[in-house]
Amino acid sequence: MLFNEPSPLETKVLTRRFGLPNSDTVDSFLANEGFAAFRKAVTMTPEAIIDEVKKSNLRGRGGAGFPTGMKWGFVPRNSPKPKYIVVNADESEPGTCKDRLLMQYDPLQLIEGMMISALAVGAKRGYIYIRGEYRYLIDIMDRAIADAYAKGWLGQNIQGTGFDFDVFTHTGAGAYECGEESALLESLEGKRGVPRIRPPFPAVAGLWRCPTVLNNVETFASVPSILLMGGEAWANLGSPRNGGTRLFCISGHVNKPGVYELPMGFNLMRMINEVAGGMKGGRHLKAVIPGGSSCPILKAEECDIAMDFDALKAVNSMLGSGGVVVMDETTDMVKVALRIMRFYQHESCGWCIPCREGTLWLKKILTRVEAGMGQRNDPALLHELANNMLGRTFCPLGDAAAMPTISIVEKFRDEFDDYIRRSPMASVAEAETEVPVGV
Amino acid sequence: MADLVKLTIDGIPVEAAPGSLLIEVARRIGKEIPAFCYYDGFSQVAACRMCLVEIEGIPKLMTACTQPVGEGMVVRTETPKLAEARKGTLEFLLTNHPLDCPVCDKGGECELQDMVFRYGASESRYVEIKHHHDEQQWSPVVYFDPARCILCYRCVRVCSEGMGVNALGVVQRGAYAEIAPNHTDHLECDECGACIDICPVGALTSDTYRYQTRPWEMNHVGTICTHCSNGCKTTLGVRNDQIIRGNNRDRSGINGEFLCVKGRYAFDFNESEERLTTPMIRKGGKLEPASWSDAVRFVAGKLKQLKEAGRQIGVVGSGRVTNEESYYLQKFARQVLGTNSIDHERSGDVVTLLDALAGRANALATVDDLYRAKAVLVIGSDLAHQHPLLHWQIRANWRHHAAHTYSVTAGPVREDQHTVAAIRAAEGAEMNALEQLRDKLSAESELAIVFGDSVKGEAVRQLVSFGDSLGIPVKYVCLVDYVNSRGAMDMGIIPELLPGYQSAAAAGLPVGLTLPQMLANEHLGALWVVNADPLRNTRLAAKEAFVIVQDLFLTATAQQADVLLPSASLYEKLGTVTNVCGEVQRLTKAAQTMGAKADLEIIGLIAKELGMASQMGPWITDKVFAEMQQVVAGYNVPLPVIATGGAAQTLPPAVKIGVETDPALIRSARDTQFTSGTLGSYSKKLDSLLESPGSLYQGENVLALATQ
Repeated sequence: MLFNEPSPLETKVLTRRFGLPNSDTVDSFLANEGFAAFRKAVTMTPEAIIDEVKKSNLRGRGGAGFPTGMKWGFVPRNSPKPKYIVVNADESEPGTCKDRLLMQYDPLQLIEGMMISALAVGAKRGYIYIRGEYRYLIDIMDRAIADAYAKGWLGQNIQGTGFDFDVFTHTGAGAYECGEESALLESLEGKRGVPRIRPPFPAVAGLWRCPTVLNNVETFASVPSILLMGGEAWANLGSPRNGGTRLFCISGHVNKPGVYELPMGFNLMRMINEVAGGMKGGRHLKAVIPGGSSCPILKAEECDIAMDFDALKAVNSMLGSGGVVVMDETTDMVKVALRIMRFYQHESCGWCIPCREGTLWLKKILTRVEAGMGQRNDPALLHELANNMLGRTFCPLGDAAAMPTISIVEKFRDEFDDYIRRSPMASVAEAETEVPVGV
Repeated sequence: MADLVKLTIDGIPVEAAPGSLLIEVARRIGKEIPAFCYYDGFSQVAACRMCLVEIEGIPKLMTACTQPVGEGMVVRTETPKLAEARKGTLEFLLTNHPLDCPVCDKGGECELQDMVFRYGASESRYVEIKHHHDEQQWSPVVYFDPARCILCYRCVRVCSEGMGVNALGVVQRGAYAEIAPNHTDHLECDECGACIDICPVGALTSDTYRYQTRPWEMNHVGTICTHCSNGCKTTLGVRNDQIIRGNNRDRSGINGEFLCVKGRYAFDFNESEERLTTPMIRKGGKLEPASWSDAVRFVAGKLKQLKEAGRQIGVVGSGRVTNEESYYLQKFARQVLGTNSIDHERSGDVVTLLDALAGRANALATVDDLYRAKAVLVIGSDLAHQHPLLHWQIRANWRHHAAHTYSVTAGPVREDQHTVAAIRAAEGAEMNALEQLRDKLSAESELAIVFGDSVKGEAVRQLVSFGDSLGIPVKYVCLVDYVNSRGAMDMGIIPELLPGYQSAAAAGLPVGLTLPQMLANEHLGALWVVNADPLRNTRLAAKEAFVIVQDLFLTATAQQADVLLPSASLYEKLGTVTNVCGEVQRLTKAAQTMGAKADLEIIGLIAKELGMASQMGPWITDKVFAEMQQVVAGYNVPLPVIATGGAAQTLPPAVKIGVETDPALIRSARDTQFTSGTLGSYSKKLDSLLESPGSLYQGENVLALATQ
């Protein structure tokens, strides 16, 4: 059974095989265009493969939106070291649930994408790093991998092409931080999941300090259709400089929440009203988190916008990982800010000072405000502390925690003030706020 | 060398080698960029975010500790924006910090205090409850207060990278992340205390120092550690003549920040209540306290009487006293007492090595050479346990310069973590095993060889010819036991040789007794023991012999003394000592024990009583050293070097020594990290570590097992 009913407005490219029976078997995959892109790729030069990916305007689906073809091009092909393909399946961004469907309904598409990437950079080994909570997906992937080995689609001399490729799954241990590429590599190597100093980037020194292509599940899953359709045709599915389709995970106060494959640049209001069936109970839209909890929030009036990397950047938000969280007029924004900060405080790895201490402090202030013990200066303090984290942390997790807080305080300041007005601490003069309040 | 990179830091044009880090280059021109986690020599972590700088053309603030210099880079290290960022980071740091500076050991020398003083806010905006975790004791010396920890990971790095012990790690995450010991609630490690010293705040504290004093109440005396032969500089914190702390935070001396457990914590023997503080004379079979003048008069009278009676007098020196004292002692024995029966417990075959290397320049390795040599070969010693500084140097050489390390040892050693080849060979069989390495060693561009007491006599000559046959420059280190074991050899505290390795026989001196011969000689008239314990396992054959003992403690030998003269420790003396690599370093007097006298003064007083003061010369260390410079080959070292705390290496003699010594007399005490002969047994701290269950590093202890 599928995750949600498909919408007629979808452009089914990556999800076109979703719902087919026995989708984790090679036979089913082969019967539905499976490995056709790989067959095409083995006839191409590595440069031609990378060129095709560049032409597709495919940008990293993990959240940062870095051009994938360019990333592959950074891998030093003449390096004597082994090269690795690593799939980031540590999907942990709140509001995001697309990678799990790509692995659940079409595991071999991901493997085919990895194989093509391996051809492009000269790798012989790939790892799929799957978050620990996705236990069932590890079983599905392992079954698909075993079948691919059994049918000669993995291992030595695949289908007589002379290409060798091995794939392994590896489970994460429950850390959001390990979705950050360098922390993922540390974890994959068996170490504590903390980020690495970059540069060098994984393309040059990744897994075991060897050249590594590290992309999101959806990024790799896009690759076979790019080769089948041709880069330009694939690019034309989306908006300028934002090629193809992507899986948007629409959640919150909508009638039909779900994961929908839509062209890049699809209008957000249409997404809410037409694809996701409109606002629940006919209530009014209040705000949208456009790409997972780390993205600055959009007010209702900002939501008439094309959902691609560039348009969202223009309004100081981000497309992120495609987790669209829709909130209606009943939503308490102080609670939203607190819920988000509780997540980031819990997930901060503790490596660097601003994120480690900042997230805890912000959470404590938000907890206090939400509990009705806010002080007059708290919104300003939240804003300032979040800004003190922004851009100063070791890895993007600090920014991910700071950005939503800054945007919520800026855009919904009145809701914080309402809470504080009702607080017995509201009248405490600022000079006296140094007394612990015992929350 | 690639061309230098030109850049500007705070408007000052600078040139730097490509790849240099901004923080280092800035430091060179006097711009101290604040940092907690950065520590040169260890891996970069970039965790504290204090060293942010502005670089023109880059919108983000960059960490100077990871940013290499770039051509034309324009860097600013002090701007309002940076001050604001640092203030913000410090505010975060202090949120869960206990701010217990008034009782914190680190107060006054705390890097966090200094930073907050420089950049911090004047008032706190944090009104929430602080996250707290109680203090833990991890070992007899190491305490950890998680609340004070700022997670800079210096301790983790010095332990894993510097020491190769890996006893510290991080548990939990986020604001609850914490440094943790390797055995859940306690440490099993070298107990070297490097983690404590390197901690920028008061999170890691030592049992010996905690809550003892404020740092500004101490005098900080840089002197040489009195335990093993490596000759580390240790800075003693002294208050009211009491040594309270040993560390080397100024990273001076041949050891930089390195010290082992003995250098940091085993100074407590100095304040032991068992220290001898008054001379004793045996009366009616019992040792009775006496005045210094009575004791000296008694000794002088006895020596004069025995000498006139033509009785054999034996003198036992030690590797625990200064060069000046050893020199003065042998001069007194040979010129005043007219005896050549002078010896000490020999621990390494320095004589044969120097004989084999006679006339060669650059054939002896310094401690620094072990850090710089392209390849190092360790034979017959577990350096991490027996010569910890040499292990540290070799490991740092591997870490920083990718030096090749080879080991030929009886059991596993810590160098195995990074050796190119590790060969197991029983003691005495090392030379045969060495042949297996010939091809690999010949391919090196240079080599430093460190060998223990199992290589002695003919084996040393074989080793040198093996080195010669490799066709590459080879330097040697002959391992010896104690702080001045090497100096005792150099000063001729053996019957075969005069100071500077001059043949005693050639100088017309009679054949003297060696130490075992003295102990076994039934006709010995007197035995004079200076800071040694030769009778710990044996009895003196000459039951009637008059026994004079100078020592700090009532050792087994001291218990048999007829006259016992309390001597000062090396921390209470002036003078020089010579380390395992033949490097001369000067001591500084740190403390004083009422009643004890420096051995030099004791010998001088006896000489004076005998009316030989003018022949012996003044018992002032500088005067004796000046004489040594003239008389002792190799000791004409530049005074400014040692006077400024440096180490000056002595060279092998210019011509063959031409004297064979009996290899059977050479036997190392095989002290471990937690033992140090007599001194170690009077250190309560070392005893507590030895007795503490599971506190010993259990990894590779085959050679470390004491064979005393």
